[in-house]
Formats: sequence, C-alpha cells, structure tokens
Amino acid sequence: MSVAEQEFNHMFGKDPYSIPLEDYDVSQPELFMSGTELPYFERLRKEAPVHYCKDSENGPYWSVTRYKDIMEVENNPAVFSSEPSITLVDPDPDFDISMFIAMDEPKHGDQRKTVQGIVAPPSLAVLEPVIRERIVGILDTLPVNETFDWVDKVSIELTGQMLATLFDFPFEERRNLTYWSDVATTIPGPDALIQSIEERQNILLTECLPAFTKLWNQRVNEPPKGDLISMLAHGKETRDMGPMEFMGNLMLLIIGGNDTTRNSLSGGVLFLNQNPDQYDKLRANHGLIPKMIPEIIRYQTPLTHMRRTATEDYVLQGQNIKKGDKVAMWFLSGNRDSEVIENADDFIIDRKLPRQHLSFGFGIHRCMGNRLAEMQLRVTWEEILKRFEKVEVVGEPVRNYSPFVRGYAELPVQLRPLAK
Amino acid sequence: MTKITFVKHDDEEIVVDAENGTSVMNAAVDNLVPGIDADCGGECACATCHVYIDEAWFPKVGNTNDAEEAIMSLNPDRQETSRLCCQIPVTDEMEGLKVRLPEFQF
Repeated sequence: MSVAEQEFNHMFGKDPYSIPLEDYDVSQPELFMSGTELPYFERLRKEAPVHYCKDSENGPYWSVTRYKDIMEVENNPAVFSSEPSITLVDPDPDFDISMFIAMDEPKHGDQRKTVQGIVAPPSLAVLEPVIRERIVGILDTLPVNETFDWVDKVSIELTGQMLATLFDFPFEERRNLTYWSDVATTIPGPDALIQSIEERQNILLTECLPAFTKLWNQRVNEPPKGDLISMLAHGKETRDMGPMEFMGNLMLLIIGGNDTTRNSLSGGVLFLNQNPDQYDKLRANHGLIPKMIPEIIRYQTPLTHMRRTATEDYVLQGQNIKKGDKVAMWFLSGNRDSEVIENADDFIIDRKLPRQHLSFGFGIHRCMGNRLAEMQLRVTWEEILKRFEKVEVVGEPVRNYSPFVRGYAELPVQLRPLAK
Repeated sequence: MTKITFVKHDDEEIVVDAENGTSVMNAAVDNLVPGIDADCGGECACATCHVYIDEAWFPKVGNTNDAEEAIMSLNPDRQETSRLCCQIPVTDEMEGLKVRLPEFQF
C-alpha cells in the first residue's frame, strides 16, 4: 500500500462517531465500496453540515450535506462555478477534455441547448416504443430459476443498447460505449479496469476519439438527422468544436446515460428485495410504478455529488468558504435529510412527493436526461412485472470503488416467473 | 381565496381556489392540477412548473425575475408569456388569472 493510500483511507471500518470531525474525509472510496458511507454523512448533517476537509486524495474541499444548503449552492452558479471540474479531481492540464457540464454561462447554455432536444420529452414519445422493444428483447432471453448477474445481463446491456440508439452508433460495437464510460470514471489502480491515468488517456485518444471522429465525418456530410452525433456535427454552437471538446461532450453524454440509469436499474431490484413489503405493494398495484421510479433514483443517488468552485468568498451556515475552494454538494446526503424528506432513510414506493429529491441536481445544470432516465426505468419495470413474480437477489452485491459513481459491479439474481 | 384557471394542453379548464400568500404553483399542486411537477418545491431551481400566462393577464403578472430567467433561458418550449408559476404570488389582484400548461415539463 502506498503512502498516499495509507493516508487517505483512515475512515473505513471505524465508528463514524469515533473519528474527530476535523479528520473527516467522506470522499474515501472504501466507504462506498463497503456500502457503509451513509452514517458518516448522517453525522455531518447533524454536527457539521458545511464541513471543511483539510486534506484528501484530491486536496482540501468543503462538504455540503443538507438538502437546503445544497439548493442554495446549486442556485448560485455565479459564486459556485462548474469550472474547471465537476468532480473533486482537478483536470489534467495535458489532457484538457472539456464538457458543458463543467462550463459556466453562456457557453454551457449554448452547447446544452444544441443537444438537449434528443433527450427532452417530445423525443421520448418517439423513443419509447423502440426502448420497450429492446427491453422486451433483453428480458425474454434471460434464464429463469438460474443465477446470473443482473448488472451485466440487464443494466449494462439495456443502457448500452440505449446509448447506441441515441448516438446511432454501430449496434454490435455497443459495449465499447460502456467500456469507454467505465474507463473515464474508474479510479486507476492495480486491480482496476485501468492501471493509470495515462492508460485512460491513451484508450480515449486512440480508441474512443477515432471511432467518434469517423462517425462525425460521416454525419457532417449527411443531412441532419435525429441522433446526437448528427446534432453536434450540425449544431450552430457545436459544429466548430475542437477534438477535445467534441470528445468531452460525447463522454459527458455517454457517462450521463450510462452509469446513472445502469445503477438505478440495479438499485431498484436490490431495494425491492430489501423491502419485501414494498415489493408486495408494487405487485398488487402496478400503477405505483411512476411514483416508484423517482423514489429508486432518490434512494440510489447514482451520482453522489457534484463539485463547484467558489469564485468569491461566501458564508454558508456560518462557515467561511474562500475564493478558489472546492465545494462538494453531496446529493446522496441531501436525499437522506429528514428535515425535508419524511422518513428519508426508508424506501417507500408511494411517497406523496417522490420527485422531491436531489439526484438530478437543481438549477441551470439540472440533469437534462432526467425524463429519459425515468422513462427507461418505468418501461423496464412495466415489462418486468408482466413476466416475473420476483427478481430475487441471491447473493451480496459488489459495489463500485468510487466516491462519485455510486453503484454496483455485480448483482446476482434469479428470476421467478409468474404463475401461469 | 382567489380563483385561478389552469388550461390544460388539451384545452380542458381547471378552476381552483388559491390561498392568498402562497404561489400559483402551490395552488396547482394543492389542487392536484396535472402537469405541474414542481420538483424543487418552489425554489426556482427546476423549471417544472412552467406555464404560459394568458396574453390579457401578462402585463399584470409581469416578466420573469433574474433567477427565473437564468433557468427559463434554457427551456426549449419558452414563449413570450412563459413564467415559472412558483414565482407568482397569489394576491387579490390575481382574481380570475388564467394560465395555460405546456405539453411537457422538462
């Protein structure tokens, strides 16, 4: 174990109340991989809702953990900038891929407006039957009463197919999209998908960028059509993007549509198994699906936080945030804030205000794919309930080693068909 | 109480009694008017309570405020009389207000 690793993994396995608050660093990936992160955030919400971590793998940063404080930061993009990065990791000056999620106005809005149409409600009516057909195709080939990995066979497969559709990417090569997304978000390590940051850059530059450049060149010479690459290639605000900006925005759309929905698809299965009374309620009333979907997204919170960077000194809850400081808005924690969400630690599929959660963020950077994500999840659950009495979790899930993408690497399940 | 009319995308009209001091969004949510999601609960942070103000009423209701403008400028369905109804207080002067709902909330 390297010195750095020894230094920055002191939280895991310890009673959250035994660690002095001044030594708190909730960005340690071990907490998330072990699924033990929530009590640490609970203590922060109670005792230090705006907390300064003096050092971490990625230097000092503030944690904002209460719902209302997160909203205050989200609603003030002039003070809390999305540049230069929306994760605690600073961008590498030698590998400057830029994406509009990590831009301020007016550039963010200009680029966002170019592509948001494809994932906005009017397109969804067109996409829904296609998505349903693909979901049915996947569900109908799954083995019954036999253990398999839900993450690989359903969550990844479904989101991969969806991305290939949105990009009009060669269908048989769709797993590359998942792979590049994973390459971009995995923390490098000896046993990880990538060993180093250099390896990540190399894969993206020599595999991902050429594949998309080829498609760009194809689309730019064709009349505009409804896929994302065509939209970028013909959009007034995006057609002159340089290669790194092009790749940055593609990565944003791939990651945005991959990790998030994938992990909510797995999370929903897990939560219903952990809460059999809720599964019973769902089986008795499929009409609850539209309310259950935002609850799954809240409870999972597939992206735990977004980072902002202060452009000027600012006082939040009596704490002095200085110009240049990193500020993590922990959506995961705000989503468990009982001041705003009743019985926030419970998974309840028929909540009164299920859409009141932070998983999509708020303000001008709010997730533009939120309706697409909800639709994919809704259609998936509609089709699952038509076929299976239960998607039964038969082993422990393997969780991601990441403080950012909260999700599952594996989820062993068996399907119980409906009684004929 | 102040009467407010919501005109759905299919032209159906829903008339509600709104309590003064709340917002037009609250009036919609409290009366289960479909098509007003109000995900952020009235913080002007999600743009899912978008309405079109009736032309005749628009001068009285007025234009978007700065916070609203920041988020509405990204909305593809934006029109001249677009407002986020969480930003419109219910007062006696609003008696008879008519607003139209967009087909979708983003």
